[in-house]
Amino acid sequence: MKITAPLCATAAVALVALTLTGCTENTPESSGDGSVQITSTADACDVSTATAPGGTVKFQIKNAGTQVTEFYLLAEDGLRIVGEVENIGPGLSRDLIVIAPEGKYITACKPGMIGEGIRADFALTAAPAGQAVSADRAKLGETAVTLYTAYVKDQIEQLVTGTGDFADAFAAGDTAKAKELYAAVRMHWERIEPVAESFGDLDPILDAREADLEPGQKWTGWHRAEKDLWPPATGYTAMTKAERGKLAEKMVADTNELAKRVQDLEYNPATLANGAKELLDEVATGKVTGEEEIWSHTDLWDFQANVDGARIAYEDLKPLLAGSAAALDEQLQNRFTDLQKLLDQHKRGAGFIYYDELTEAQKTELSSAVDALAEPLSKLTAAVAK
Amino acid sequence: MSLWRSRSDRSHGAGPSRRSLLTAAGAGGLGVAAGALGHSVAANAAPRMALVSDVVPFYGEHQAGIDTQAQDRMHMAAFDVTATGREELIALLTEWTAAIEQMTRGAEVGQDGATGGDYEAPPEDTGEAIDLSASNLTVTVGFGRSLFTDGRKARFDLGGKLPEALISMPHFPGDFLEEARSGGDIVVQACADDPQVAVHAVRNLARIAFGRARVRWSQIGFGRTSSTSATQKTPRNLFGFKDGTANIMSEDGAALSEHVWVKGAQGPEAWMNGGSYLVARRIRMHIETWDRSPLGDQERIIGRTKRGGAPLSGGDEFTEPDFEMPGRGGPVMPVDSHVAIAHPRVNGGVRMLRRGFNYTDGSDGLGRLDAGLFFIAFVVDPRTHYVPMQNAMAKNDALSEYLRHTGSGLFAVPPGVQPGGYLGQGLFEL
Repeated sequence: MKITAPLCATAAVALVALTLTGCTENTPESSGDGSVQITSTADACDVSTATAPGGTVKFQIKNAGTQVTEFYLLAEDGLRIVGEVENIGPGLSRDLIVIAPEGKYITACKPGMIGEGIRADFALTAAPAGQAVSADRAKLGETAVTLYTAYVKDQIEQLVTGTGDFADAFAAGDTAKAKELYAAVRMHWERIEPVAESFGDLDPILDAREADLEPGQKWTGWHRAEKDLWPPATGYTAMTKAERGKLAEKMVADTNELAKRVQDLEYNPATLANGAKELLDEVATGKVTGEEEIWSHTDLWDFQANVDGARIAYEDLKPLLAGSAAALDEQLQNRFTDLQKLLDQHKRGAGFIYYDELTEAQKTELSSAVDALAEPLSKLTAAVAK
Repeated sequence: MSLWRSRSDRSHGAGPSRRSLLTAAGAGGLGVAAGALGHSVAANAAPRMALVSDVVPFYGEHQAGIDTQAQDRMHMAAFDVTATGREELIALLTEWTAAIEQMTRGAEVGQDGATGGDYEAPPEDTGEAIDLSASNLTVTVGFGRSLFTDGRKARFDLGGKLPEALISMPHFPGDFLEEARSGGDIVVQACADDPQVAVHAVRNLARIAFGRARVRWSQIGFGRTSSTSATQKTPRNLFGFKDGTANIMSEDGAALSEHVWVKGAQGPEAWMNGGSYLVARRIRMHIETWDRSPLGDQERIIGRTKRGGAPLSGGDEFTEPDFEMPGRGGPVMPVDSHVAIAHPRVNGGVRMLRRGFNYTDGSDGLGRLDAGLFFIAFVVDPRTHYVPMQNAMAKNDALSEYLRHTGSGLFAVPPGVQPGGYLGQGLFEL
């Protein structure tokens, strides 16, 4: 990647489309760094040059109009989107970085975000040495999405079945069985947590912790059941059979609703990669601190499930990294392996030891392995979106 | 003349104005202008002299440290009062008042200061601020609900004086409050441009209080996260974004009068006229996960560009956001962005005077920065000017995912002191 403005380097490496108004300020000479300058107004889309070298290409788009604008780099057919930047407010500048091979393209500004946009022909010449561009990334991306979609549906089905079993045991007062099922069934939820969380209404009623509640909010879902199964020693009133039955019934209904809605979700490579990163964030903020399962201490189950979910997304996306981001790929592979080795040390039977059995040193070790993986994982989105 | 003017007048009024001296200082002409201090120097036997240009007047209608131009450093401490009686408490406040008055003009505490006393006795002033200037030190004192009542019965005969607005704060979603970082009977906010001056102030006040009040928690802050004057550049929080762009500025008298200063309080609450309420929240930031977030996400979460601070609806930093401007997939200002949730337009028009600081308390046992924002706001009534907004933010603000509130305090800040008086005098004598 060719970066000449030092202030922009860190952000530009990590991102495809970004706002770097300051970078513009720091590189006053248009195309001083080889980038293509675009000025979008109400009725014009000025492109500083009609030809640039292929490989990594940077477009700096300035919205000089009064409406929100967008910029697209389209393939020669004028249909396939090679790269895009949305939501550029008036007066703002944004960068678009794409990796594209030699060939004919079309640029388009879309002031007001309507219509075909103001288009112009654009050509990329041969890429400088060392900037190989992989063949058909769109196809690889589609395959990744197909695989991941199937995975999510499989997990949701198992979550529905497992929630039913758990709810039966919980409602029937079979505390031993409910405790046994609790952590195992939740793994199906935790593996696809960003998907589940994308439904802002369902997530809190199924997965809210006591501390997340707002005044007057009724507490339902997994952690409500958790507290009743692993009650605090003092100051807690156990749920009645009727209350348990009601909670169990609601958990089943809410999970069914989630399963129904998940069927309509659509993904792209970037959502997969973002989801993987979010799963590691979940580990870093909730699991590694032992806060998620404050009553049951089954955080390591959730931990493993979050890592599983991230790893599946990464593996589905792996073909997109070949060639263009091989070093990142290798790093991710190694860090997933390292983290899994650590988790394996804490396995007990089919599950794990309880989180409060870990020593502080072991928690620190896990935490640093999570950080070690999360850092390169945060670069996955930019790598696959190119 | 409205209430807010008086402090400004004192800051910039008689004699060489503070601003012109600051300008002179900027030009390299800063010296010890003892003469301009007039009675201050003469009245104090302690030898330390202040640079006249960086003294914020102590006496006034309001306490300093609220609409004062935000300093760079803070040390805040909350105390539990252990004094057994009302007289002991009044004595403490009286001694504190004298010490604060001395310290804010750059003098040493007590009659003999750090080195003027008996060789066989510990010095009255701890001494680490010798040779340092006043550094715009302000010390602001407030009273917590627990000073008035222990929950069952009144303390210090103050039960009837408890203002209705001094509520016990509700639990907000996402609160992980630590008892040892929350509450307190009395709060002391020391702000200065030099951290040692702020720490010196709290240290000496804590020492004076021994036996009558003990420190419950304290927090050191660096890097102000708000501007409180139009002359100040908007600073950045630890997420790297400009913070406080839409803050109430000290020049905006109407807004101060409406949203910050208590006025027209009657009967047992009359002692609060000219005062304000201080909300303190220790907000830990998940620095590491934030740093792994794409720049585009960061900007969408905040609702502003990172470098320039312009709202995503365009313009520059001070352009009013356009929440209706359509973007792809919804308004160009995301509806759950921090700016969209915190904006006065969705909060009944209420505004707060924010005066927070970045903090870092080293790292936690997991190797992550224990860092964030020590949020401080002054409001006319927390029930209308903090609680609803915090509820909305905790519930809807995309930023909340990266925040965790670990400490909390609410304090009634009495009005300023006149010469001969003491902090909170009205509470005991009105």
